[in-house]
Amino acid sequence: MSREGLVNAALLLALVAVPGWALWADAPFTITLATRAVIFALAAVGLNIALGMGGLVSLGHAVFFGIGGYAMGILASHAQNYTPLMEWPFEIAGTKSMPVIWLVAVLASGLAALLIGLLSLRTSGVYFIMITLAFGQMMYFFAISWPAYGGEDGLSIYVRNGFPGLNTLDPIQFYGLCFGLLCLVLVLHARLMRSPFGLALNAARQVPERVRAVGLDPVRLQLVALVISGAITGLAGALFADLNRFVSPTMLSWQMSGEIMVFVIIGGVARLFGPVAGAGFYVLLEHLLGGVSEYWQIFLGLFLLLVVLFGKGGLVGVLAGRARHD
Amino acid sequence: MTEPVLATHGLRKAYGALQASDGITLDLRPGEIHAIIGPNGAGKSTLIAQICGALTPDEGRVELLGQDVTAETTQARAARGLARTFQISALAMQDTVLQNVLLGALGASGRPWRFLSRVSKDRDLRATAEAALEAVGLADLAALRTAELSHGQRRQLEVAVALTLRPRAFVMDEPMAGLGQEGSQRLTVFLDGLRQQAPILLVEHDMDAVFALADRISVLVYGRVIATGTVDEIRRDPLVRDAYLGDGA
Repeated sequence: MSREGLVNAALLLALVAVPGWALWADAPFTITLATRAVIFALAAVGLNIALGMGGLVSLGHAVFFGIGGYAMGILASHAQNYTPLMEWPFEIAGTKSMPVIWLVAVLASGLAALLIGLLSLRTSGVYFIMITLAFGQMMYFFAISWPAYGGEDGLSIYVRNGFPGLNTLDPIQFYGLCFGLLCLVLVLHARLMRSPFGLALNAARQVPERVRAVGLDPVRLQLVALVISGAITGLAGALFADLNRFVSPTMLSWQMSGEIMVFVIIGGVARLFGPVAGAGFYVLLEHLLGGVSEYWQIFLGLFLLLVVLFGKGGLVGVLAGRARHD
Repeated sequence: MTEPVLATHGLRKAYGALQASDGITLDLRPGEIHAIIGPNGAGKSTLIAQICGALTPDEGRVELLGQDVTAETTQARAARGLARTFQISALAMQDTVLQNVLLGALGASGRPWRFLSRVSKDRDLRATAEAALEAVGLADLAALRTAELSHGQRRQLEVAVALTLRPRAFVMDEPMAGLGQEGSQRLTVFLDGLRQQAPILLVEHDMDAVFALADRISVLVYGRVIATGTVDEIRRDPLVRDAYLGDGA
């Protein structure tokens, strides 16, 4: 096994061992922390596909995270209030079923990524960053000023949504669901990296003129990458809302976009397990230092600085060395 | 006369007051190497950019296999069978040598929308890619990262990527640049055989290579073709000697 393979296996083991220990020690709060880390990692895997493979520096991934969150919030609130989502031209009821909510979250955030991508991929570099940021802010203020679903106060869901055959209120069962989805998405990302699409996308990031010269459209490749990326981050948003049983415009804020990017950068851009390492580290730091000082993010900032200056491959890069290409 | 594979008709392109292309009409016929020579600033790069689709001409048109492609994108022209090499290597430096030729083969296959299968397990793509590396003599370096290649090897890889497209016409922008004498000679021998596969529009500064290879030469000066002809005709042309070749040639 390569060094990166060992690091990945260790991270995966930690994601099993920590909640396993917490279950044995009867420490449900630790399981909740682990769930938070896994969901953040999932959101960051989404961004890693756009950023690491496609080179798309999106500062608007909170849009997809928030859309996933609101997909859950809107569907579940209609279900808990027994009001239909819409009555015309046909009636659609709310739902408390996770699989349905996930599907809606994935489709809605994928569609949003398509629309945002169609406009923002006309630009590149700093303009792309600014446009994605602008879309994020638009959605944020739209959510704040939309009273139907709580506006600024957000939307509370009293009972966690259900999954056939599981008791999702049990922390370890909900954790298992989130962990399973993370593993699934990591497998998907690993396969994307080695696929024909991944090869072309990888080249589109490095030498778009070459990609055009062999008859492919780099912008279309990047657009598809952004849609996949947004859909995954949207799925994470639906889970995050379900973890907290609450969704608010904060999920759409630019700080959220920044946090998702911090997970990826700290963990290692374009590294398969970078988002897992980054999100895990973030949640750990938040938990350990958050109790010490309100301003714990100063330490996070310091660490981010160190990673950017000295460890270009992020945590995974420092532990596993330079990326291997095959 | 046989139908030209590639042709330009009255191409004009101006940058402000500078007329970079001033009514360029030329063609590329099956089986030939047509060399474009000219001093620096003659408008060779602008011409290539218009032929390949990176620049839109102000006036005039580009035809590929009898079709007007002036309004088409670079990728559409590539899909029709136009393969180019870049003056400054445009390769995915972080990827391996093999991955760079696989990209070419993938582009030619027109099937990039496969997300789950392994590109390195695709037999057709691999066969095309490996044959191209074999042809330019890079087969042993397939697993090397492209950034680790020497300058000359990168030039060879440029040509290999163009080969994977199995094109109807090649446009090569100074493939000999920086190769050194031995490298130039080897590439000259290689290109000599390549014209049977598809004709080559060759922009080149290396006069030994041009005189050894070209069936026809066009001389570009200040955005105009001042002469087109065989090697001997160009060598004898007083206008060309005056404008470009100098008396030694």
